Amino acid sequence: MSEPIRVGMSEIVVAKAPNVLVTLGLGSCVAVCIYDFFLKVGGMAHIMLPDSSLSSPNAVTNRGKFADTAVPDLFNMLLQKGAAKERLVVKIAGGAQMFSFNGLNDQIQIGARNVAAVEKALAELGLTITNRSVGGNVGRSVFMDLETGSVRIKMLNSPEIIL
Amino acid sequence: MIEDLSPLQLDALREVGNIGAGHAATVLSQLINKKVSMTVPQVNVLPLAEACNFVGGPEQPMVGVYLRIFGGAPSKMLYLFPEEKALFMAGLLINDPEKCRNLLGELEVSALKEIGNILTGAYVYAFSNFTGIHMISSVPALAFDMVGAILNTVLADLGEIGDYAVIIQTQLTACDESVDGHFFLVPDPGSLVTILDALGVKEGCQNRSGLECPKS
Repeated sequence: MSEPIRVGMSEIVVAKAPNVLVTLGLGSCVAVCIYDFFLKVGGMAHIMLPDSSLSSPNAVTNRGKFADTAVPDLFNMLLQKGAAKERLVVKIAGGAQMFSFNGLNDQIQIGARNVAAVEKALAELGLTITNRSVGGNVGRSVFMDLETGSVRIKMLNSPEIIL
Repeated sequence: MIEDLSPLQLDALREVGNIGAGHAATVLSQLINKKVSMTVPQVNVLPLAEACNFVGGPEQPMVGVYLRIFGGAPSKMLYLFPEEKALFMAGLLINDPEKCRNLLGELEVSALKEIGNILTGAYVYAFSNFTGIHMISSVPALAFDMVGAILNTVLADLGEIGDYAVIIQTQLTACDESVDGHFFLVPDPGSLVTILDALGVKEGCQNRSGLECPKS
C-alpha cells in the first residue's frame, strides 16, 4: 500500500482508494472526513478556526483554515471528482479542549466553537454527520482509509476508535 | 511581515530568547539543585501547517504547560517536557519523588504548573527588563498528550491573523539529563512590531502579510 497522505493544519486533500489520509496530533482543530463509498473517493479538511469573517482579510486567503470556507470547498472538490451528494458519508473528529484554565477564556473554547461551526457549515450544505469523535481533552490522530471509508482514531491514553 | 523578518531582526529575537531563557535556566538550576545548560535559542518562522512537526514528531507524548502573557506585547509561553522528566521535576519540587508517579494526578499537575509559573516569571521578568515592555503572565494550564495536539491548540488562534508563527525556542537540559525541556515563546503577530521596536530594529519589516507597521 502507498504511503499515507498527510493533511496538515489548514489543508484540504481529496484522494482515491487505495490511499489513506492522515492527520496526526489533532487538538482543538477538527478533521472533517467526507467519503463517497461508490467511487471510493474521499477528502479530509483540517480546520483550525470556526469563522473566516472574524479574521483579518489577509488571513482568509487560505480557505482551508476556517470551518465556514473549508467545508464547502471540500464538498465542491468531491463533486468535481464525480462524487454524488446522496452517497456522501460525513465523519468528524477533534475539537478537544486541551488546556483548562480556571475561569472562562474565549480562546480556550476554540475546540467547541470549531465543532459547532463545522456542524453548521455541513447542515447548510444539507449533509448529515454519521459518526463523530469530538470534544473532551484528548488529542487525536485520524486515519481515513479510502478503500473502506472507515476512520480510525488513535488517542494517547485510550483505546482506538473506528468511526 | 512575519515571513519577511530580516537577519538582524531574527538576531534581536534570538537575544530576547537568550536573556529570557537564561534567567529561567538559572531559576531551574536553583529549583532542582543541578547545573542546567541551555542551547542557543532558535527563532523559527514556520507556516502553521508545519508547526506541529517538530520536537520529535506530532505523536510524541509530552507534558505541556501553557501560559498567556498579557501587557505591552501579548504572547504565549509553552513548556514541553517528556513524561519521565516531568515526573522527576515534580518529585523534586515537592521533595518526595516517591509520591510523583502519575502524570495526571492532582499533586503532579499542580507541581508542574508551579514550575511553569516560576520559570515564566523569570523569563518574563528578564524579557520585560530588557525591552522595557510591561508584561504579566496568566495562571498556567497543563496538558499531557501528543505534542501535535498541544501545539495546534496553542497556535490555532494565530490563524486569524496570518499563516505563519514566529517561535523562539530554547532547550534546557540538566547536566545529568534528568531534566530536559523545550521552551517556546510565541509572540502574538501584533506584538512582534512592538518587540522589534523596543529593540530598535523595527526598520526593515515589509508589510506583505497585512500586519500593520505603525508609522513612527
